[in-house]
Amino acid sequence: MTLADLAPGDTAILEKIDTRDPGVIKLMILGMVEDITVRMENIAIGGDPLEVGFFGSSVSLRKEQARHFRVSRIPRAPSA
Amino acid sequence: MTKQTEVKIPVSGIGIRHKAKASIALIGNPNAGKSTLFNRLTGLRQTTGNFPGVTVEKHQGTVELTHSAFNLIDLPGIYSLDGTSTDERIAVDVTLGRVMGTERPSGLLVVIDATHIYQGLYLLEQLLELQLPTIIALTMIDAAAANGITIDTEKLQKLLGGIPVYPVSSISGHGLDELKNGLEHVTEISSPAIPASWPEFSETAQQLSQQLGEDWQRIDVIQALLQTHPDYAGKLSEQLGAEQVGVLRTKLFGTEPPAAVEARRRYSWVKGVIDEIQENAPLYSKLGARLIRWTNRPWPATLLFFAVLLLVFQAVFTWATPMMDVIDGASSALGRVILAALGENAISSFLADGVIAGVGSVIIFLPQILILFLFIIILEDTGYLARTSFLMDRVMRTVGLSGQSVIPMLSSFACAVPSIMATRVIPDRRDRIATILAAPFMTCSARLPIYALLIAAFVPNQSVGWLNLQGLVLFGLYLLGILGGLGTAMLLKSSALKGPKPHFMLALPEFRMPNLQTVTIKLFDRGRIFLKRAGTVIFFVAIMVWILAYFPRMDIDSYQSATGVTAAVDQVATEHSLAAAQMEQSWLGRIGRTIEPVFKPLGWDWRVSSAVVAGFPAREVVVAVMGTIYAVGSDADDHSLSEKLRSAKWPDGRLIFTLPMVLGLLVFYAWCLQCAATLATIRRETNSWRWPIFAWVYMTSIGYGGALVIYQVGSLL
Repeated sequence: MTLADLAPGDTAILEKIDTRDPGVIKLMILGMVEDITVRMENIAIGGDPLEVGFFGSSVSLRKEQARHFRVSRIPRAPSA
Repeated sequence: MTKQTEVKIPVSGIGIRHKAKASIALIGNPNAGKSTLFNRLTGLRQTTGNFPGVTVEKHQGTVELTHSAFNLIDLPGIYSLDGTSTDERIAVDVTLGRVMGTERPSGLLVVIDATHIYQGLYLLEQLLELQLPTIIALTMIDAAAANGITIDTEKLQKLLGGIPVYPVSSISGHGLDELKNGLEHVTEISSPAIPASWPEFSETAQQLSQQLGEDWQRIDVIQALLQTHPDYAGKLSEQLGAEQVGVLRTKLFGTEPPAAVEARRRYSWVKGVIDEIQENAPLYSKLGARLIRWTNRPWPATLLFFAVLLLVFQAVFTWATPMMDVIDGASSALGRVILAALGENAISSFLADGVIAGVGSVIIFLPQILILFLFIIILEDTGYLARTSFLMDRVMRTVGLSGQSVIPMLSSFACAVPSIMATRVIPDRRDRIATILAAPFMTCSARLPIYALLIAAFVPNQSVGWLNLQGLVLFGLYLLGILGGLGTAMLLKSSALKGPKPHFMLALPEFRMPNLQTVTIKLFDRGRIFLKRAGTVIFFVAIMVWILAYFPRMDIDSYQSATGVTAAVDQVATEHSLAAAQMEQSWLGRIGRTIEPVFKPLGWDWRVSSAVVAGFPAREVVVAVMGTIYAVGSDADDHSLSEKLRSAKWPDGRLIFTLPMVLGLLVFYAWCLQCAATLATIRRETNSWRWPIFAWVYMTSIGYGGALVIYQVGSLL
């Protein structure tokens, strides 16, 4: 599963990042590195771009780059 | 041994100013509250300029302390020292004293936003490599508290090896005195310790900088290894041999890009620090987050966006009217007073028709300009402008660009010059040039006076539902500009600037209450720039135009005998035609009639044509020129410029300003590139004459073409 597959409101842990895309490096510099927890905040009209939140920040990115982030989704609490 | 003792003179009272000695650089992430803190520390003792050779703005100010003063240099907001963007390069170069004309700072004041401490600490970690005395201002401390974030600053200070950390709230001013106190002793602080986040890299850098000799500072080696500074990377390969550098890099970074490894290493240290100092680290902030996420929900966001734009244009028209009436009344009263006091002669005409009518007709738009800028500044400072790039990415993609082009384009509503500079954040050169060429289409504040003049004169001031018709027409003109810009970008991106699909990534700021002081200072600055232009460029042009329109004086007797008109027939009509005839045979009239044929197909007479031509260096001049031409060319000054425009006639008695002609003129102004400053900026930013020449020819052609089609088709209907 990649970051591009999350639905709005999902949280997930970044597991493995493919660093061959230069766009991905820029996201890493903004703090999207392995082992952090992210939350899918918003998906724009038409499914792209995405807004991802982590450590109090939001970053927007396109699906194309999001596919390079392998994630494991944290199951939502049943009460939510 | 004699010890030199410093005589301390007790300082008391306000008004004693110290001479700034040392420089300190203010550095931090974008939106970390840097400019608010800068304004808080320097007050109004600040100057704005450019760093030499680049178009990065250089803000400097003096900070008054109890016993001394120092110079604070505000650096552009950045996330890392890695990137190759101009802003990042400048930030590094200034702190290292590599920039000509800027003294090397003796210390760093690093601004870290308490609600975004994650990215703040990352930048700090890179900055520590500079080995300069460092102080940290932890801003937004009240916002963090409202979000339920508590930060143990003492522990943070300890984890950072004793670097002083001062929590401040720029809003309440809380903690500022302590920070100032700390700044007083900044130069006594020893170089900071390097965090042990990446020992093997740190050791390699240390070893190399000793081995390479005195020319190499530690940060030079680091930038060479990470390949973030091409010059140093090249020099390193030269000195050590490319092969050995390759071996070193493989050992440090494996097969991955150095920047990726650096981000991973440094952020893992940051995470460790945050775990120690911060309880309940939130995944996303609560305050304003719900609002912001709602404003980013696709459909509400789109609606809100148009509602905001509509509100701005309505306000520009309706709020400004009372203030504009006051300025208008004052300037025409002044003109009458001068005429009454001096009588009708060259000097009174120069003052009343040249200076007051010319410059006054531009100054009258100050209220509208200020209202427009007030909205733009608030939209910027709340973070909404950046948010719109997320919303508009989709639209931009259809023309081949990305959401990253949205901020430059929207800020073009203020002025194309800074917005062209703002395109620096766009990494791809082709996307950047396409954005640069699209930006001048956006309706800048200098177009506002022309639009406002023509709309006020020719669009009835009536309501359409709950909207004002004049405001709606203005909104339409803004849409016309957007259309022109996007169309141009699309055209270029599918032909000359065809390239790979652009990336889009952007840190989105959250909603923030704008700071009153910051908004006031920015607004004041804008007003000053506008008035300065009115007092210099526009003043000069108005005087030139008056001279051209007033001289040579006509011989009245020969005119009367030639036309057979005598003063006895009709005093008023004669004076009127006398003024008009004088105007026609003046230098300006002769020049105007020479160029008239070029613009005749658009329905413009020689007056409009010469005003438009005079407006090529700076488009708002056109209003001043019209003000002067119509003031000199008429006998009475108690009519407003729009009234004079409404009654202007061709020699055969037809009205000049017909609906098709006015619409054509508006379209011409929407699309034509009449701004020397924009051309110079395009030249500087693209580093070639090709693009400014192209932009000028292209925009002038479609402006002319648009006006031609509208006038010709409209006149047939």
